[in-house]
Parts: sequence; C-alpha cells; structure tokens
Amino acid sequence: MEIKVLGPGCPKCKKLYEEATKAVSASGVADVSVSKVERIGEIAAHGVMMTPALVIDGVVKAQGQVPDARQIATWIVEAQAEK
Amino acid sequence: MNRDEVKKFAWLAGIFLVAYFLPLGDPKVTGAIFEAFRLLQWYAIHHTLACVVPAMFIAGAIATFLNQASVMRYLGPDAPRFLAYGVASVAGIILAVCSCSVLPMFAGIYTMGAGLGPATAFLYSGPAINVMAIFLSARVLGIEIGVARTVGAVVFAIVLGLIMSFLFRSGERKRIEAAPAPTPPAATRPLWKTALFFAAMVLFLVFSDWYNTNDVTVKLADGTEIRANIRYDTRDALDIQRYEDTGRLATEVERIPKNRVAEVAPVPSFTQSVHEVKWYLAGAMGLLVLLMVWRWFTRDEVRAWMHATWDFGLLIVPLLFGGVFVTGFVGGLLPEQAVAALVGGNSLASNFIASFVGMIWYFATLTEIPIVEMLTRLGMGQGPALALLLAGPALSLPSILVIYKVIGARKTAVFCLLTVVMSTAVGLVFGSFVG
Repeated sequence: MEIKVLGPGCPKCKKLYEEATKAVSASGVADVSVSKVERIGEIAAHGVMMTPALVIDGVVKAQGQVPDARQIATWIVEAQAEK
Repeated sequence: MNRDEVKKFAWLAGIFLVAYFLPLGDPKVTGAIFEAFRLLQWYAIHHTLACVVPAMFIAGAIATFLNQASVMRYLGPDAPRFLAYGVASVAGIILAVCSCSVLPMFAGIYTMGAGLGPATAFLYSGPAINVMAIFLSARVLGIEIGVARTVGAVVFAIVLGLIMSFLFRSGERKRIEAAPAPTPPAATRPLWKTALFFAAMVLFLVFSDWYNTNDVTVKLADGTEIRANIRYDTRDALDIQRYEDTGRLATEVERIPKNRVAEVAPVPSFTQSVHEVKWYLAGAMGLLVLLMVWRWFTRDEVRAWMHATWDFGLLIVPLLFGGVFVTGFVGGLLPEQAVAALVGGNSLASNFIASFVGMIWYFATLTEIPIVEMLTRLGMGQGPALALLLAGPALSLPSILVIYKVIGARKTAVFCLLTVVMSTAVGLVFGSFVG
C-alpha cells in the first residue's frame, strides 16, 4: 500500500507525515510505504487544492487539514480490506 | 544527506564564516552591530506584545476555527466567474495564514479551480493581506502605508487577474479533475458566534496596536523646546525629526541621548487621546474574548487553537527577529546616499527599481516590513516603499520558477511584467499623495 503526504514542507505537512507514520505502525497492516510529495506540480496533479493532503493508494482522503493517527489508521485498514 | 540537512549545514557554515571574518576593529562594523541591537530593541519594546503576539493568536484562530474548504468552494471549478475574482482577491486573509500554502493553492485554483484570472489575483494579494502583514505594516511603517498596502493589494489583484484572463482568453488549458473535497466537519457553533469572536479579537488588535502619532514637544534639560516626530524610542536615546516652521518634517533624523531630555509631551489630538487609553479598550476586548472562549468553546478546540498559535510562533518569531537583526546590521553599513539615489523621492525610476527588486528578491515571511522600514530611514521614498511592499511578497525568484512550471513561460513573463508595472503605478500615485 502506498501513502503519500502532499505539501511543500510547512509545519502542518510535517505534522501530517508524523501522524501518517504513527498510523501505519498502529494499524498493524504490513507493507505500507509513506512518502512525501513536495513539488507543486505533482501536488496539483493529484487534484488537490489545499495542503497538506493525504493520499492512500491514489485516493485523496484529506486535504487542508491534519487528521489524527487514529483516523488515518482506520483509513489504512479500510483500504487494506478492499484489496 | 537530504535537502534539509544540507540547508542546516549551510546555515551553520554561514554563521561560522561571519564569526570568523567579522572585522570587529572597524568602527563602521561595530556601529552596525550596535544599530542591529537598537532596531531589535525597538521591535521588542514597541511591536512585539501589542502587535505580533496578538496577531499570532488571530492567525492561529483563523487556521483552527474558520473553514478554509468553504472559502475554497468559491474558487472551485463551478464558482461564478466574477464572484471568483472578488473572493480570490480577499481570500488571502483566511487562506494565506501559512505563507507556504499560497503556491499550492495558486496551482490548484489555476489547474482545477476558477482558472488563471482568480489564481493570479490570489497570488498577488495573498501575502499582503494576512492579518500579521496588515497590522505589522500599519504599526511599523505608519497607518497610511498600511492601509494603502491592503487596499492596493486587493484592488490591483482584481485588475491584474482580469487583465491576465483577458490576454490569455483563447488558450483553453487542459484541466485536471479535482478530487472531491472530503466533506468538511459540520459547524459546531452558529456563524454569529464565530463572527463575534473574531470581531472581538481583531478589535483587541486594533486598540492594542492603535496608531501613535508620535508628534511630541520635547523639552531638553537646558530648557529648549523642540516640536518633533519621534522615529525611534529606545532606552538610552530618542531619534527624532524636527518640525520645520513650514509644518513639514525635516529630512534628517537627530539622535538625542535620554539624559539630555527633561520631558516628552505628546501633542494632543483625537488619535492621541485614544492612544492613551488604548490598553483599557484592548483589555475590555480581551476580557470579552476570554468570556466567549469560556462559554462557547470546548477544551479540545482551545487546545487546537493554542497549538496552531504556537506553530505560527515557532515559524514566524525566529524569522522576524532574525530578519530585524540582520536588517539593522546591513542598514548600519549601507551608505544613505546610495539608497536615496536609487529609490529616494518618488520618481518613475525609483518606483520601478523598488518594484523590480521586490519581484526578484525573496522575503522570508514578514521580513519585508523591517527591510522597508530600514530603507525608508535611509532615504527611500513613500511611493517606492509601497511599490516594494506590493511586488515583494507576491513574487520572488524561487516562486517565479515554481509558477513557471505551473503556468508556462509566456504567462509567467506577463504576470511578472504586470506585477512590476502595477506596483510601480500604485507607488507613483501613492507617493504623489503623501510625499
């Protein structure tokens, strides 16, 4: 599973990245990669207008806000179940 | 090493080189170091508690309690075109609280939202109209330039956006399908409560930040009286400009040591009367804010608000105070004649140079304000100061490169050109009114 954190690197983006990594270990789902996307063009290509944004397997789950680790973990589990 | 580490290393290496080579024997350099601390003290005494700190709480509250998604809706693909221009030109107040979010939103509005016109309008006005920029400009640079900056940014953002979309009306770009925005959480309190809460906070800032005319009568220890305007007031000295018999301010600034000053009496006026009771008025607003927080907000909301405020503090305070210190140091070294020759007065050339430099130069968040303040002290005219304030934060070489990747070379070139032309024009008009 691939998780992307979109944002040019402001404090909120860093916070979201932290929450996402926490969520991955909390969810217990194996084989999840978390990466940062910082280039404006790539961010826009995901159809995101507000940063930071969270994308799980190509689906925009949140934008313009920082969901907490618990919320992200449930999304990870859901995405895993759909596979 | 990743990019962050390289950056940190460059900082450390830079500080090391400065420390290693700083010629402390040179009286100009020691004077400049002294000036740097003097400017820092001036900021600490006069601008920090009354302006920067409350503005940080407001910025934090905007980020926490105002729904950015609902503003973004008016800049989305289905937004009515003309409404979009209006919203884009003022949306910076709510959307640009974090300066790093401006470029992604610009790209978003352009590629999947309301299009090129509103996107460029947003980019032009955004950095100039966040709460902190508005209040700090008015406080540090004077009320006229603070108002002119805000109004100029909003009005010319619309003009600039309209021109851009007219020039490039034919080229339909390929649009990116916007991801469906996740449904925003339902509002937890009625709009009027939120509005009242923000009104009280802004009024707090208006009062705590109330304009000091700084027109005074200085009585010296030897009995002479001087009608003057205070430029800087630090613990050991007063920097003043005398009023000449014509009623105009003298151009040169004099420094009077505090031990020669017997008394400083403000010249009475309405503005000044309000200034004298400003802390009572601000205090009343502060109590109102506390009352509302206590009655209307949950503990979690307040915690989120404080957290956001702290994040802004961490981001802005080092930049601002570092910027003030460096500005004071460089200002101490710059020869006045050179600055005055380049951007003095209110000529077309001065305004153009100020706009052009502003377009290229990268200003870290809010540092444009101390820099412009320093330049005006060295002889920069009011018009060019406004031109620099308008063009400066809107564009910089790094942001031009990003914009180029998003909208292409031709549109970027036209946007830069329009920004410079527009800022020059506004500077000229403003300079001829107040100069």
